[in-house]
Amino acid sequence: MANVESSAVASSAQPTMSESTPSPSNTPKKRGVPEGLWLKCPACGASVYKKEVEQRLNVCPKCEHHFYVSAPDRINQVIDEGTFEPMNEQLRSTDPLEFSDRKRYVERLVGEQKRTGLTDAVVTGVGMVRARRVSIAVTDSAFIMGSMGSVVGERLTRLIEHSTKQNLPLIIISASGGGARMHEGILSLMQMAKVSAALARYDKAGGLFISVLTNPTMGGVAASFASLGDLCFAEPKALIGFAGPRTIKATIGIELPEGFQTSEFFLEHGFIDRIVERKNLKTEIARAIDYCGK
Amino acid sequence: MAGPGLDFEVEIADLESRINTLQRQTDRTTPADDELRSLRLELTQKLRDVYSSLDPWQTVQVARHKNRPYTKDYLNLAFDDFVELHGDKHYGDDRAILTGFAKLDRFKVMVIGHQKGRTFKERAACHFGCAHPEGYRKAMAKMKMAEKYKLPLVCFIDTPGAYPGVGAEERGQAQVIAESLFLMSQLKTPIICVVIGEGGSGGAIGIGVGDKVAIMQHAYYSVISPEGCAGILWKSHEHAPKAAAALKFTSDNLKRLGVVDDVLDEPLGGAHRDHHQMAARMKTYLSKCLAELEHQPMDQLLDNRYDKFRRIGEFIEQAE
Ligand SMILES: [Zn+2]
Repeated sequence: MANVESSAVASSAQPTMSESTPSPSNTPKKRGVPEGLWLKCPACGASVYKKEVEQRLNVCPKCEHHFYVSAPDRINQVIDEGTFEPMNEQLRSTDPLEFSDRKRYVERLVGEQKRTGLTDAVVTGVGMVRARRVSIAVTDSAFIMGSMGSVVGERLTRLIEHSTKQNLPLIIISASGGGARMHEGILSLMQMAKVSAALARYDKAGGLFISVLTNPTMGGVAASFASLGDLCFAEPKALIGFAGPRTIKATIGIELPEGFQTSEFFLEHGFIDRIVERKNLKTEIARAIDYCGK
Repeated sequence: MAGPGLDFEVEIADLESRINTLQRQTDRTTPADDELRSLRLELTQKLRDVYSSLDPWQTVQVARHKNRPYTKDYLNLAFDDFVELHGDKHYGDDRAILTGFAKLDRFKVMVIGHQKGRTFKERAACHFGCAHPEGYRKAMAKMKMAEKYKLPLVCFIDTPGAYPGVGAEERGQAQVIAESLFLMSQLKTPIICVVIGEGGSGGAIGIGVGDKVAIMQHAYYSVISPEGCAGILWKSHEHAPKAAAALKFTSDNLKRLGVVDDVLDEPLGGAHRDHHQMAARMKTYLSKCLAELEHQPMDQLLDNRYDKFRRIGEFIEQAE
């Protein structure tokens, strides 16, 4: 039921901070669900050998389409083996609004936790990138669209404060189509201010923040920490933006231009520093840290 | 006068029109005077009944009322000598955000506020209060100016949300809101924010980081519009009233959740019935806040502002 429910949520794009935006060309791979040996690439349509895709960090061997990657897998891709120490995993969402749509939020949380193996939509901690000590946070679009509620906001804020104290470079990799989480209402919106304020202090202390935007990064996540990197990287062809494409289409009533709200679109308009293929991300992060003398 | 109607105000509108008719009679008889008096009593009672128990969806209707006082009305009625400053120094002048110098009592301040517009022409020019990136850039430019010249900042929040459009995305809607949150959190001048109508999501909080955050009694402040939330979670905009209740975005809830410091009571029957009285209350409130904040050492002010937002959020620490 949880899968049906959240994929139903995922299929609807709406305005604002609480965006639930589908990726244009990405089928989330659900962990814990048995799958065949072959995958059909949603970008090029080719049937590709699953093992080969996994060996290529979930990138299509035929067309370089970047598939979904879970937060734990992402950490394995970026952080040196055996060096990651998670932080603040003990934080758990409550249900401050006693929110219920077609399902109670408390039940939704339990369902998402079981389905994804995560405790909430972000994993945070410290580790090494090619022997450089860093703080890292990764949001996971499989957990309520990677949306930010109180726990995501608090974990990020604690990580940023820790990075400020310890003078650590900070890497946040976003995969959040859901923006600020509706189910926690205004408290989610306020996390945008809370995390941004922590980043402002970190910046003032001279910290280096590398923000990596992946598919999808929308709404209140895009409109807060994800856009505040000293360096802003994006994976190729990720969906990025403030408002969801459907909302925009509904508002202006015309077809959206080809390639609208992709990484390449925002690079062209000056909001992204580099488009970085997944296989190069670790190298690019290490190099940026060295250039900034951190 | 309430003006064109809300469905829960049918009886109120009827009473108001009967009172108006009677008032217009120049040669009223004693029985007519008595009737007028009793109708007025009835109206007061009715307003009290309806407005003491507005449901969340009705609150949204009041917050969006076409006669609700807007930023411009407060500038006219509560402030003196408003000097509008248009420039964003980047792209263009966004009419959805109004900025400029103004005086309130003995204080010189910088005002930043969403503006919805009252006539259709104004509303179209203001995009119904939905700002583009240039609006937030203009706001940020004036914030920096306020900091430089030691002017306290007063922000009036009244927007359905930041504008969703191609140009808005091209010019960095997400980027400017993020930058504004970042900037406001460290701005070295007192900041007072009041949600006067609609506090619509990112477009609202984009000018909403302050030392004092208040909301008017019948305004709302939400992570998403009730229609948007209903569309996603209930699959239809028609369920907006349900979403409005679920989101707990009314002033009493916001106070309970620690998101606002103060709730400004509105005149009987809502601010749209009496702009003057509402503006007087606004003036009193702002003046009190400005006096309270003016002598705070800057470090302490900024620490308090940080802690204020740092505390917001609810979670538990579960033993592993
Ligand atoms: Zn492919």
